[in-house]
Amino acid sequence: MKQATRRKIAQALGFFFLRVCLYLVLAVLLLFLYDIGRKGGGAISWQFLTQAPRKGMTQGGIFPAIFGTFLVTVITAILAVPLGMCSAIYLNEYATQGRLTRLIRLSIRNLSGVPSIVYGLFGVILFVNIMRFGTSVLSAGLTLGLMTLPWTITASEEALKTVPNSYREGSLALGATKWQSIRTNVLPYAVPGMLTGTVLGLARAAGETAPILFTGAAFFLPYLPKSLGDQFMALPYHLYIMATQHHQIEQVRPIAYGTALVLIALVLGMNMTAIVIRFRLRRKRR
Amino acid sequence: MSDGTNPAKIETKSLIFYYGTTPALKSVTLACPENRVTAIIGPSGCGKSTFIRTLNRMNDVVAGTRVEGQILLDGKNIHDPDVDVVELRRRVGMVFQKPNPFPKSIFDNIAYGLRINGMKDHRKLEEVVEKSLRGSALWEEVKDRLEENAFALSGGQQQRLCIARSLAVEPEVILFDEPCSAIDPIATAKIEDLIHELKKSYTVVIVTHNMQQAARVSDFTAFMMLGELIEHDATEKIFTNPASKLTEDYVTGRFG
Repeated sequence: MKQATRRKIAQALGFFFLRVCLYLVLAVLLLFLYDIGRKGGGAISWQFLTQAPRKGMTQGGIFPAIFGTFLVTVITAILAVPLGMCSAIYLNEYATQGRLTRLIRLSIRNLSGVPSIVYGLFGVILFVNIMRFGTSVLSAGLTLGLMTLPWTITASEEALKTVPNSYREGSLALGATKWQSIRTNVLPYAVPGMLTGTVLGLARAAGETAPILFTGAAFFLPYLPKSLGDQFMALPYHLYIMATQHHQIEQVRPIAYGTALVLIALVLGMNMTAIVIRFRLRRKRR
Repeated sequence: MSDGTNPAKIETKSLIFYYGTTPALKSVTLACPENRVTAIIGPSGCGKSTFIRTLNRMNDVVAGTRVEGQILLDGKNIHDPDVDVVELRRRVGMVFQKPNPFPKSIFDNIAYGLRINGMKDHRKLEEVVEKSLRGSALWEEVKDRLEENAFALSGGQQQRLCIARSLAVEPEVILFDEPCSAIDPIATAKIEDLIHELKKSYTVVIVTHNMQQAARVSDFTAFMMLGELIEHDATEKIFTNPASKLTEDYVTGRFG
């Protein structure tokens, strides 16, 4: 009896501790969102979202930065999505599982832990200098693409692993080729998970500053990029400037908060998209 | 082994199988006669599942495995370089331990094997789906709900669906890898009846844990232990008058 009571108390304490941890994390997050929302909410207006900055960026909107972030994310996606998914399919479905594949997998995991500034510097060397794309939206997009690849590959591979082996064996036993088995009986069930992981990776890329700092993002541009060779403005970099580099830092504070709010909304929006995609595809399968 | 009238449909000669460096099968020579049911029994880990999976080369997909000796289908070694493994698996179908319907409709499950072989004619597909479902004694239960997801079926129905799915591609041999280990006794009885029917048109090899099942469904029984074939004979002989002491101990329930 006494033993049972002690065990119940231990359990209650354990659950209490776990719950407190969760509430702490939630509280920090909500406080953070509340702060940004309160200070940035006032800056948001139709003009803010659709106009270019004016008067030394003390007035006007942030449209070029929104557009630039959108554009660079599209380039990132064009590089990272197909390449990442295909690599994952090869690695998980075709490659002989052995020492070499373990090493490759380990390297990919490690690459996802490399600081983003390192990717930025690598992008300068590879895309800006060697491949002569210059400091441009293309160089920046490709750099972000490289940074996103390890995430895309890992997420896609995890998604492929969730497809039961019996689907593969079942179709092979009916005389399907390996590719048929993958295409008709593995990918349809893995793609929702692959897309979710990919969009999450892209959302992270959209919010990065360091990789685009030297490869293509501009302090201020009076025009929108007209080609892939042009520089561009981006939300995270704009925010960094408004928060730390501007000469009238107090005056532009609301703009900085407004930019932060837009950036968070954008990333949140992308994550929501990922959830919707997964939900839709899952339902279609039923 | 032959019963005088039926030649071997599929047979192995001195078959050795390695996972890495460990031999899981040690020189197994076994012939499965055409239009007969051959049961393979033995304690867990004796290599019976490994054995049956070598017959349609399902072990090819497992890394680090190696085969020595011969596996002959109609006298032709299935490891010959001119044998297409995809075509082999169409001819030698397999039903797995756990029912593994695909998350598709009942219709699409059965049609799967035909579609990957390029059949598009919906009329013909409907025909084969009905024929296969009748062949696995499932038609009456599902004919009005072919568009429903196969996961909605019970475990026993799912297994019969998997049998129908393999019938649809018109195999010559059907391998059953402990097909009843995950389903209830009534569903098991239905599948055993079905196996009796199937041997009229197909050659059947079945791995089973359940000795009563082997006695009920098979014409020949092979007893395996630790990767070796101990004894292979007519089922009645194995269960009433086995030659080996090991077999006798096993079938009388002294171990296993």
